[in-house]
Amino acid sequence: MGIIDKLNKDFESRVRLGIMSILMVNDWVDFTEMKALLFITDGNLASHSSALEKAEYIEVKKEFVGKKPKTSYRVTNKGRSAFNEHLNSLEKLIKSNN
Amino acid sequence: MNQKHQEDLSHIRSMMERSSRFISLSGLSGVFAGLSALIGGLYVYQLFEVNGIEYFDRKQKVFAADMVSELFFIAIIVLFSALTFGIFFTIRKSRKYNLPIWTTATKKMLLNLAIPLIVGGVFCLALLFYQIYFLIAPATLLFYGLALINAEKYTFSDIKYLGFCELILGCISLFYVGYGLVFWIIGFGILHILYGLIMFKKYK
Repeated sequence: MGIIDKLNKDFESRVRLGIMSILMVNDWVDFTEMKALLFITDGNLASHSSALEKAEYIEVKKEFVGKKPKTSYRVTNKGRSAFNEHLNSLEKLIKSNN
Repeated sequence: MNQKHQEDLSHIRSMMERSSRFISLSGLSGVFAGLSALIGGLYVYQLFEVNGIEYFDRKQKVFAADMVSELFFIAIIVLFSALTFGIFFTIRKSRKYNLPIWTTATKKMLLNLAIPLIVGGVFCLALLFYQIYFLIAPATLLFYGLALINAEKYTFSDIKYLGFCELILGCISLFYVGYGLVFWIIGFGILHILYGLIMFKKYK
């Protein structure tokens, strides 16, 4: 098994990398702010975040603030360790190629 | 392939930084805040001279009521213009680099900045109340320095060096009472201009 196998397929897209990076250094981040930080559309964020939720890497909270629905995200312990592993393999790959 | 991994890593780093720190603060904000303070300070000094008050004669000074209200008015103008320039250049920078302004990081930074500032403000009001005027200048510098160091986690961490400089200056000024205006001009004027220029060059 080569190092390449260790790269997590769930983190292949830039958007997912972005979502995970933001959640690694913040607690709950809401939908609007996430969208603004990543420069992506509603649909794009919704589809990528639900994929990450399905993998149990992030937790989604839906609540009402007044009459407006508000969706927030937080990284789970599983997501945290998966992302750390992904970072480690990225680092190794870059080192071995240099 | 390697190129893509490098880009992934730098993307991760920039996302982490952008989401956790308020990085839209422009160096120019510091420069113009400093200039406002400098002009305000020099104007006050000139005002003393016109009114026959020798600032450096080390004597206890008694100010007329209209003089006090004029000094207060100048202070408000300086504060207002410093804040206006600060907000203006911040908005300009965030537009230029497409950074969102009102984020969690911004709110956290403002909260952490505000706590020592508000306590310091109350402390200075108490000093005014007890007529201990000579400690007001050192107190403003000290609380401002603490506020900057407190906000360091949520913005460019270089801001702590400005905080340390304000603290050192504040400590020195505790033992040179009667030179409050000079320390104010150095702390809020010159240090801001220097810091702003350094930041402007570093993060241009």
